[in-house]
Amino acid sequence: MDISHDKLLWMYKTMRSIRAFEDQLHTDFAAGKIPGFVHLYAGEEAVATGVCANLTDSDFITSTHRGHGHCIAKGVDINEMMAEIHGKATGSCKGKGGSMHIADVNKGMLGANGIVGGGPPLACGAGLTAKLKGTDQVTVCFFGDGASNQGTTMEGLNLAGVWKLPVVFVCENNGYAETTSPQYSVSGQDIAARARGFGMPSAAVDGLDVFAIYEAIREAVSRARRGDGPTFIEAQTYRYYGHFEGDTIKYRDKDEEEQYRSRDCLQRFRGVVLEQELLTQAELDAIDAEVKKTIAEAVAFADSSPMPDTKDILADVYVSFPEKEMWPFQAVPA
Amino acid sequence: MTERMISYREAINEALRLEMARDETVILMGEDVTGAPHSDEPNHLDAWGGVLGVTKGLVQEFGRDRIRDTPITESGFMGAGVGAAATGLRPVVELMFIGFMGVCLDQVVNQAAKMRYMFGGKAKIPLTVRTMIGAGFRAAAQHSDSIYSTFVHFPGLKVVAPATPADAKGLLAAAIRDDDPVIFCENKILYDTKGPVPEGEYVIPLGKADIKREGTDVTIVAISNMVNVALKAAEQMARNGDAISAEVVDLRSLSPLDEETVLASIKKTGRLVVVDEDNPRCSVATDIAALAATQAIEYLSGPVRLVTAPHTPVPFSPALEDFYVPTPARVVNAVRETMI
Repeated sequence: MDISHDKLLWMYKTMRSIRAFEDQLHTDFAAGKIPGFVHLYAGEEAVATGVCANLTDSDFITSTHRGHGHCIAKGVDINEMMAEIHGKATGSCKGKGGSMHIADVNKGMLGANGIVGGGPPLACGAGLTAKLKGTDQVTVCFFGDGASNQGTTMEGLNLAGVWKLPVVFVCENNGYAETTSPQYSVSGQDIAARARGFGMPSAAVDGLDVFAIYEAIREAVSRARRGDGPTFIEAQTYRYYGHFEGDTIKYRDKDEEEQYRSRDCLQRFRGVVLEQELLTQAELDAIDAEVKKTIAEAVAFADSSPMPDTKDILADVYVSFPEKEMWPFQAVPA
Repeated sequence: MTERMISYREAINEALRLEMARDETVILMGEDVTGAPHSDEPNHLDAWGGVLGVTKGLVQEFGRDRIRDTPITESGFMGAGVGAAATGLRPVVELMFIGFMGVCLDQVVNQAAKMRYMFGGKAKIPLTVRTMIGAGFRAAAQHSDSIYSTFVHFPGLKVVAPATPADAKGLLAAAIRDDDPVIFCENKILYDTKGPVPEGEYVIPLGKADIKREGTDVTIVAISNMVNVALKAAEQMARNGDAISAEVVDLRSLSPLDEETVLASIKKTGRLVVVDEDNPRCSVATDIAALAATQAIEYLSGPVRLVTAPHTPVPFSPALEDFYVPTPARVVNAVRETMI
């Protein structure tokens, strides 16, 4: 296998970190610790990991409402992520974004997005920046099977094709748009086929196999870096938890869930690397222990962080309103 | 700095040219901004320069990379403008008519306007959206709106509507240099109007109203082409036997709003009329009335009057459209009503 030892360790650590982060949130949400809407990525780790293994810090990604995995794989600080999701001042977005808008532009992470299909046009813009500045930066646009039906996705595919932008479109088909299966919502049934109509290479890939994703995206990213334009990859995957935390999941049966869990991306990775003697049991176990510690520290960081100061409500946006009317908010930082 | 007379259209073109020469991260994109993107034949270059010729000549100077024709894909190119702004360019997006905001509203209000705040200040979105407003072209409901008030409502957006060629030049430069998204409203009825415009670099800060005519008896606050309507009304009233001295305040920036200049004028004259081509409900006109009521009611010696379009879409028939747009006669009548 043509993947370095360090990269294999990174892949396992990234997938394990995402899983542990999401499992922690699942528990903490049930305990009432997490405010708002939370959409968990557990089960889909191989996609974000296999994709971002091909990216550098200066590459860009756009994300979705299910964005924690993309953040972790792109290198966003886990402590700050945990704090953000808890609504704390030390969070990635100072507690102003939350799970659904978590971002770190400095890491090339252009934001989770509460709007399904919000990302593809933005990804074209990031691609345009790279093209016009003559850098070799690549933008990966993550979106779901639900967004494959949005007009903005079609517009993004067309624009990326017309302008030959260095963008890789990654459709994470996890089987359900909220509760609705693409078997109902996707006319023609074949999401990957849609992209071919825009004149770009497109393939459906097993999204539970990090190696398959890595290989497919490696080719797509090098194509984009060469200036040969966009590629589309449909990653066929599955989410373990509901659409959002609190979802009672009445729309799919246990057999289906068990079937996917039996193909779990982490177990599968362990099987392959041990069988091929690429990593040792000890290396994998050490990562498991390290990740456990990292997540515990992130929770402690979030728990011990202060809530945002209410005076910061007016910060980071232009506010125009007569002062007399705004009296409760007058203590405004400059 | 010498002044010469050029048109509103030429002033906008000049501001774009100067800003693009000054900063190589400034790009322009929109439908037909060059007009013949499929052809490399030099004679075909710049066939149009936009539907009303505002961007004519720019592609020869700056090339097709920076002056980009887009497909008819408003959500696509508006979002691309937002994404490019977030990653290091300073894009000017031309959205042909403000009514087309209906096509790409999400990218403007959920992405561009909210990103800096949602991301805790870590992103900036230096995006300028140039778009046409204004009735009078017999273009009917979807190509004639002046719905800038809608965008004043959204936190995170700034909104500008110049009335003169000089203001158009100076405010466009400021909009492009601003690190927040700015909706720059060009009134298509004004493109051929001429006025003195300073040569070379000329920047008017956002958020500064301009007193276009000084007066003592009534304050007329106006926006875009309604400034010209208000000035005509003011001249008529000065000539009439009642010799009313009207002060005309051109808001220029709708957000940020220059409350200080508006309130100072109201406090001086004690009377207020607002002239606005937008529909009246939840509008800049009603907002200015609210400003007077909450901040200066003790200075008012008569009722506030609003002269606006009716709360209808813009009609097609010349007889109806001419009736739709506020006129000097309606402004004069409104001023009289403040003196009852």
